[in-house]
Amino acid sequence: MKARVTVTLKAGVLDPQGQAIEGSLASLGFGGVKGVRQGKVFDLVLDGTDVEAARTQLTGMCEKLLANTVIENYQIEISN
Amino acid sequence: MKAAVIVFPGLNRDRDMIAALTKIGGVAPAVVWHQDADIPDVDLIVIPGGFSYGDYLRCGAIAARSPMMDKVRERAAKGAKVLGVCNGFQILIEAGLLPGALMRNTSLKFVCREVKLEVTNTDNAFTSGYAKGQIIRCPVAHHDGNYFADAETLAALEGDGRVAFRYAEGTNPNGSINNIAGILNAEKNVLGLMPHPENLIETAHGGIDGRALFAALLDKAA
Repeated sequence: MKARVTVTLKAGVLDPQGQAIEGSLASLGFGGVKGVRQGKVFDLVLDGTDVEAARTQLTGMCEKLLANTVIENYQIEISN
Repeated sequence: MKAAVIVFPGLNRDRDMIAALTKIGGVAPAVVWHQDADIPDVDLIVIPGGFSYGDYLRCGAIAARSPMMDKVRERAAKGAKVLGVCNGFQILIEAGLLPGALMRNTSLKFVCREVKLEVTNTDNAFTSGYAKGQIIRCPVAHHDGNYFADAETLAALEGDGRVAFRYAEGTNPNGSINNIAGILNAEKNVLGLMPHPENLIETAHGGIDGRALFAALLDKAA
């Protein structure tokens, strides 16, 4: 079983890296970019086939390590 | 007053911290490797700066989840004083011993220079050797020192006198909210700060403004 965890900054948290990327895109001539937020992606390979058990385990991983829930949200996708 | 310095792989300011504690306290601190079975019976636990675990994932995140930090948490709950400097501050935040988060500097640059700090509150064991409102010099060296907390946390920190140090005179090097440089936990026995007071403790450093913090902690004259 495979899982992808996406960690993004919460709304309202300043993202200077996203702002720098937005500025760089503008300087490259890509117009119309109204905002950039930078995040992280984790691809995990898991034992077992129980999707709900995996989701519970992945939620624990996000809460305890993969995301800093003070400033970050996370999203879990599971595929076979 | 007995002290211990906790060392994680990747820290590099441990020697400066050990030197400061030894020179001011007159006794070398216990040096505790992160895999040691326990922390000796000490009154002060110090987590120095550096780049624990290469700053992988988030600064301090991996060290914060090590079994050693459970031991630090237990000692703090029993009243031991805990000081985290720079990466040590990041580790204390990631471990949940202090609130908020330390984010990338707004400049996106590693900043290594001297700043001015206002000693914002002095009713705690760490800053009692300074005068409230005193401006001191202190070096900083970090990439992720941009303190952030939600409005509720910030109100608690400000309202309860838990902001120990603030960047002063327009020298905020990282964009931290309310110019925060160092904060205390609710019980005021845990302090985390980004600047390096251990690097300004003797005239060879160009100043001794950091000395009063260690002198107060170690019950010595500054």
